[in-house]
Amino acid sequence: MTEATTQPGRVLAADGTPLKRSLARALRMQKIRALMLVAPLLIFVLVTFIAPIADMLFRSIENQVVKDTIPRTVEALDSWDPHSTELPPEAVFAALQADLVEAVDQKTHTRLGSRLNYEYSGAASLLRKTGRGVEKMKAPYQEAFLKVDKDWGDLELWRTLYIYSPAYTNGYFLNAVDLKKGIDGPEARPENEQIYILLFKRTMFMSLVITFSCIMLGYPVAWILANIRARTANLLMILVLLPFWTSLLVRTSAWKVMLQQEGVINETLVWLGLVADNDRLILINNQFGTIVAMTHILLPFMILPMYSVMKTIPPSYLRAAKSLGATNWTAFWRVYFPQSVPGIGAGSILVFILAIGYYITPEIVGGTDGTFISNRIAYHISKSLNWGLGAALGAILLGAVLLLYYVYDKIVGIDNVKLGG
Amino acid sequence: MAESQNSGAFVEFERVQKSYDGETLVVKDLNLSLPKGEFLTMLGPSGSGKTTCLMMLAGFETATHGDIRLDGVSINNIPPHKRGIGMVFQNYALFPHMTVAENLSFPLEVRRMGKAEREAKVKRALDMVQMGAFGGRRPSQLSGGQQQRIALARALVFEAELVLMDEPLGALDKQLREHMQFEIKRIADNLGITVVYVTHDQTEALTMSDRVAVFNDGRIQQLAPPDKLYEEPENSFVAQFIGENNTLEGVVKEIKGGTALVQLDGGGLIDCKPVNVTEAGQRTRVSIRPERVEYNKDRMRPGAHTLKAEVMEFIYMGDIFRTRLKVAGNEDFVIKTRNAPDQVRLQPGTQIEIGWLPEDCRALDAV
Ligand SMILES: Nc1ncnc2c1ncn2[C@@H]1O[C@H](COP(=O)(O)OP(=O)(O)O)[C@@H](O)[C@H]1O
Ligand SMILES: [Mg+2]
Repeated sequence: MTEATTQPGRVLAADGTPLKRSLARALRMQKIRALMLVAPLLIFVLVTFIAPIADMLFRSIENQVVKDTIPRTVEALDSWDPHSTELPPEAVFAALQADLVEAVDQKTHTRLGSRLNYEYSGAASLLRKTGRGVEKMKAPYQEAFLKVDKDWGDLELWRTLYIYSPAYTNGYFLNAVDLKKGIDGPEARPENEQIYILLFKRTMFMSLVITFSCIMLGYPVAWILANIRARTANLLMILVLLPFWTSLLVRTSAWKVMLQQEGVINETLVWLGLVADNDRLILINNQFGTIVAMTHILLPFMILPMYSVMKTIPPSYLRAAKSLGATNWTAFWRVYFPQSVPGIGAGSILVFILAIGYYITPEIVGGTDGTFISNRIAYHISKSLNWGLGAALGAILLGAVLLLYYVYDKIVGIDNVKLGG
Repeated sequence: MAESQNSGAFVEFERVQKSYDGETLVVKDLNLSLPKGEFLTMLGPSGSGKTTCLMMLAGFETATHGDIRLDGVSINNIPPHKRGIGMVFQNYALFPHMTVAENLSFPLEVRRMGKAEREAKVKRALDMVQMGAFGGRRPSQLSGGQQQRIALARALVFEAELVLMDEPLGALDKQLREHMQFEIKRIADNLGITVVYVTHDQTEALTMSDRVAVFNDGRIQQLAPPDKLYEEPENSFVAQFIGENNTLEGVVKEIKGGTALVQLDGGGLIDCKPVNVTEAGQRTRVSIRPERVEYNKDRMRPGAHTLKAEVMEFIYMGDIFRTRLKVAGNEDFVIKTRNAPDQVRLQPGTQIEIGWLPEDCRALDAV
């Protein structure tokens, strides 16, 4: 071998091209082929997962409807001091009239109405009402507007308009944490309007309880699965997986049958005389019902990762511990359990993340105090149509999960998590 | 059990049987007794029940029948953690989530030993296996041989008098294995511990043990010191299993004066030492070690029976020559000769005559 070809960094291939370049060329074909294989999935994930999340994050701050519908008003309002006790000057009302005429023509004023309605109740009907006669209005416009509805003289309305005139706003996020966007920054909401912090706390708390119940119930099952003969283990595994083969709705409804006041459990307890007939337990439409039903539904997601980790722990470790003088309990606690922690971690992450965003089960068996934040998000998406607020709540949920994931990584280490083998 | 008849025995198996499925016996009627300080090896092919015996002794399997005694006390109903038996597992079973020092400290902790004492003992045990600098490492950061040493140290650190080892060197390469054989033997001798060692490697068994128990089919085929085992196998299984061996089949013609005359099936008469044959007319399998076969006429005893042989193959192996012969219809008859200056290198196709001392040729059981 000549000196030139062995020099580091300047190694040449047989045809004289630098080895690095010819290697890169050889690898490029492989990379392209690999990329083509994953392309369908990549596109699918992009369209059905990344794009909706990006859209949601965008919607949670987007507020262009005000600026788009009444651009001249927004501009004129800019010079108004929202702290003043005076209504905006005539010019603003004139601009509003001109904007609304155009908006009515394009039928966009109702959209503005519903947007403002989230922040100022009554705005939707006010705009609809005003829209009907706005074309025939004559100067002075302030008077004309006030004649249509005296709400136009409410400083609060104008402040709301002022606050929500920028194209992007953190208002949805403030709403999502029980605050209000005021002229001097965030303001607290009145006590009786606060709901989301409570819901977030409840969602977290119940998800934790569900995760913990799944650990307690799942661990022994996973242990048995991993330590009995293969044939019996397969049979047991089918039982564990059985819930996957039944519709979620059916299973949840079954819990309803079980837990309701005239349900199987109460009937049995009454029949046994443990509970008085007129004093039946309330097991459903509350937190208890949600926790029971969701623990049942999410249990397989805890058992499977635990099982796959336990399967890899050789029985000789326990034997070694015992031969060294450890009792059964010490051997388990000091030797087996620490090695099964990655399985618990994986199962817990899975169950917790699934639980935190669960919707159907709390909806059916949750009643009022057993519902999750996701039920509220669903309400905003499909009933109140306040998508921005729904998106902000969703974004916070996403952020919380990512944060927890990060914390978990710092404490336990994510490469300690094993979902299989 | 108070009555301990053979007071010399430290470990005793008495009529022990074991069945896993209730249909077949994996261990059939095991009787074994070893004194304190002995290094006993259980040698046998895979599946012959060695591990099962060890597990019964350690307490992880219960004997279906029979009695196992330790120091004269029946241990059938003593749980494993109270037996105080050290154990080295085939895959070492070092706890991966603990450091080396923590692994060694574990048996001392469960014995509620004080911290200072623990540290002193751990250090001593690590030094003993020359791993003193590795206390802070995780098992996964050690090589196979180092893990092996740690496993050994962990089994010894709580001063067990009896240590069981189940194929502890099975995962090591040849050179390391040979080194560790020596090391284990040295440590065991120094500490004066009793060792029951399981292996399927006959060289390992022969080099390390005071006595070897050859297992096959759930039974001890022969229990003897290494030299006796090699030179005086009691049946054809042991002869086949230990070392290289040539066998010829035939019928006993007569037994006279401690020598049996055997008529080989492939033709020819030879003198043998009767081991498992008692009278004329019995079928027998004759066993001769390759290095005990002589073909140099000058060195043969005059008047001894010889056999005609044809050289099939000659292999030069450095220190020895290995020559394959066709003898009495058997084409796999191997002889080994030392590579000495005066040694003839036999060429394939050559016709020679071979012979041996009658006591090196053992007439065993016919199968
Ligand atoms: N836990 C067990 N359950 C059922 N059969 C077993 C078990 N362990 C070993 N055996 C059977 O017992 C026989 C002896 O096994 P073992 O003692 O491991 O042999 P060795 O260690 O000599 O290779 C084998 O046929 C094996 O299949
Ligand atoms: Mg074995």
